[in-house]
Amino acid sequence: MFRPLLKPMVFLACLLPLGWLLWGFQADRLGANPIDEIADATGEWTLRLLLLTLAATPLKRLSGWAWPLRLRRMLGLFAFFYALLHLSTYLWLDQFFDWPEIGADILKRPFITVGMLAFALLLPLAATSNRAAVRRLGRNWKRLHRLAYLAPALGVLHYWWLVKADVLAPLVYGTLLTLLLAARLVHATGGRRPPAAARSRPPGAEAEPARR
Amino acid sequence: MFKLEGHAVLIRKPTDLGEADVTPHEIYLGRRRFLASGLAVAGAALGGALWAPAADAGIRLGEVRPGPFGTDEALTDRKDVLTYNNFYEFGVSKSDPARYAHRMKTDPWSVTVSGECEKPGTLALEDILAPHAFEERIYRLRCVEGWSMVIPWIGFPLGDLLKRFAPTSKAKYVEFETLYDKKQMPGQRRRVLDWPYREGLRMDEAMHPLTLMAVGLYGEVLPNQNGAPLRLVVPWKYGFKSIKSIVAIRFRETQPTSSWMKAGPREYGFYSNVNPDVPHPRWSQKRERRIGEFRKRPTLMFNGYAEQVASLYRGMDLKKYF
Repeated sequence: MFRPLLKPMVFLACLLPLGWLLWGFQADRLGANPIDEIADATGEWTLRLLLLTLAATPLKRLSGWAWPLRLRRMLGLFAFFYALLHLSTYLWLDQFFDWPEIGADILKRPFITVGMLAFALLLPLAATSNRAAVRRLGRNWKRLHRLAYLAPALGVLHYWWLVKADVLAPLVYGTLLTLLLAARLVHATGGRRPPAAARSRPPGAEAEPARR
Repeated sequence: MFKLEGHAVLIRKPTDLGEADVTPHEIYLGRRRFLASGLAVAGAALGGALWAPAADAGIRLGEVRPGPFGTDEALTDRKDVLTYNNFYEFGVSKSDPARYAHRMKTDPWSVTVSGECEKPGTLALEDILAPHAFEERIYRLRCVEGWSMVIPWIGFPLGDLLKRFAPTSKAKYVEFETLYDKKQMPGQRRRVLDWPYREGLRMDEAMHPLTLMAVGLYGEVLPNQNGAPLRLVVPWKYGFKSIKSIVAIRFRETQPTSSWMKAGPREYGFYSNVNPDVPHPRWSQKRERRIGEFRKRPTLMFNGYAEQVASLYRGMDLKKYF
């Protein structure tokens, strides 16, 4: 009952931000500067979805549930989708394909340089997200997809360098990202010593016996 | 029209108002204290929750004559002018000021004048305004973030006000300060900037006839989110130079350090003149989006006021003194 509905429901949920923007744009509900609003919203949703994608594995390890992993690819692809919308907003609505100006922005404005780089990192991830690519790349697929750790880090930096004075929002995203990456580090280092037994337990439980 | 204690309190959409409904200058000054309480009562009468101060209603200012330096460009929608604001004292989001600025109490209000002048002191707002005739100035406003508006301000030349305090020959600069009160300005609970907000002008910039001390816009008393009751408008400089809700004026011999200079000395200089040829480290300043328009337009040197102000900076390297 729940399982077959999960994916379609999450799929629709991921379209809600886009739906809001489309409706808001035609209903004039995006404020005085709708283009900036679209750019901000698509950028924020890219980061949120990237973090959700990275949350799947730790959540599965902590809870033992299988469903977070089943959503991971879709969340990742939606993150790419919003990143693409974010970039298109900049290229089209903001710059109107003024290529010399765009080129100068990429070279001279560090936050744009880093944003472009983050998007470039997402490209191979999206391109190799299908099953055939997973099979074809074998061990390298996993290596390649470690870029999913770097892309949101650059995304947070992009956000940090963009804001004028208040770094609270990028700080929150940066903290969440650090926690998600730290969870992997704890698992990777903690999981090595007690080989089989600890694997089903939550990471925190492993340290307990050693302390006593 | 609401009748309260025999006074007529005007709370209507500006379009509903005719000449006869307008509040003359002296009556505005005399009535300010009354209105602060009266408006709240009238607001309650309008239906509590619906009352969004200054959002849909304005107190009209009368006896406003048209001023010089106008433009025939289309005015930015009043709604956008009132809801799209950078006023970090109420929060960093553009919509925060319209939401929270009603917490600021603008009556009573006083301004402390100090420093290199012969007549320092603390003046009630009424005494600040009394000698000045109000005029309407339609100015372009260019934000450092790359957007712009055209706003019909109401005010009087700052120079006329500063002369009253008899600045001495040592007064080379003038510094302004915004209200600092976390209770009234919730955005100040976080140190996003080094509060209180400070800005400054060179004396000749301050005395320039373009520089306006504004008390209103769109024919009505300044809404709180736009910097009530008293704000600067320096149209050839980026918007953040036009400091809002001023409580202190200080004549100085040395150049003041503004809040934005402190926050980012590499990014915000003392002059901050609108200049398409000097990029901000994070934004090219070549173009801007006029609020309400889709495509960007070229940004003009000194925001289109070069004819009036370019001579102030003759011989200066504007890339160095940005």
